[in-house]
Amino acid sequence: MNKSELIEHLSETLNLPQREATAICNTILERMTEALSDGDSIEIRGFGSFVIKKYEAYEGRNPKTGKKITVQPKKLPFFKVGKELREKVNND
Amino acid sequence: MHDKDNQNLTRKELSETLADQLGFSQSNCAQIVDSFLGNLKDSMLRGESVKLVHFGTFTVRDKSPRRGRNPRTGETITIKKRQAISFRPSKKLREQVND
Repeated sequence: MNKSELIEHLSETLNLPQREATAICNTILERMTEALSDGDSIEIRGFGSFVIKKYEAYEGRNPKTGKKITVQPKKLPFFKVGKELREKVNND
Repeated sequence: MHDKDNQNLTRKELSETLADQLGFSQSNCAQIVDSFLGNLKDSMLRGESVKLVHFGTFTVRDKSPRRGRNPRTGETITIKKRQAISFRPSKKLREQVND
């Protein structure tokens, strides 16, 4: 499923025009992006949570050339699936 | 960034944002957020991945059975084949998080 299919489903489930379903999708995803950009976590019961992991600078290697490089400190979002969804996905 | 100020975004904040920005009533917004999440879940429960541009991709993948150990008793057990959901953030999200 991609975003436009999600919008279609949402517009059907909520009985709302596509235009509004699009606005809903964008608003939710933008709010989530904003939270993660602020370093906040996201916790949605039954679905899962997102946290930002911080990495210090470290010395790595360019896998192609083998040359040593310094990897700058970075932050990465991580998703952990919630208990309910994890159990459901294994219940078939 | 100040670690101490970090907050936790939940369903409640998401539905408040929808009410503020799109003008739906609070009670409708709670239902809207649930439908949004429900649609994502249904797709994954069908075994379909969900690709959301500018945000990221949720994929459902099979994990093969393996031998494991009960950490408490030390007993060897077989972990059955199971499904796992993983999320790969989009390039844009990774960039925004590091801005």
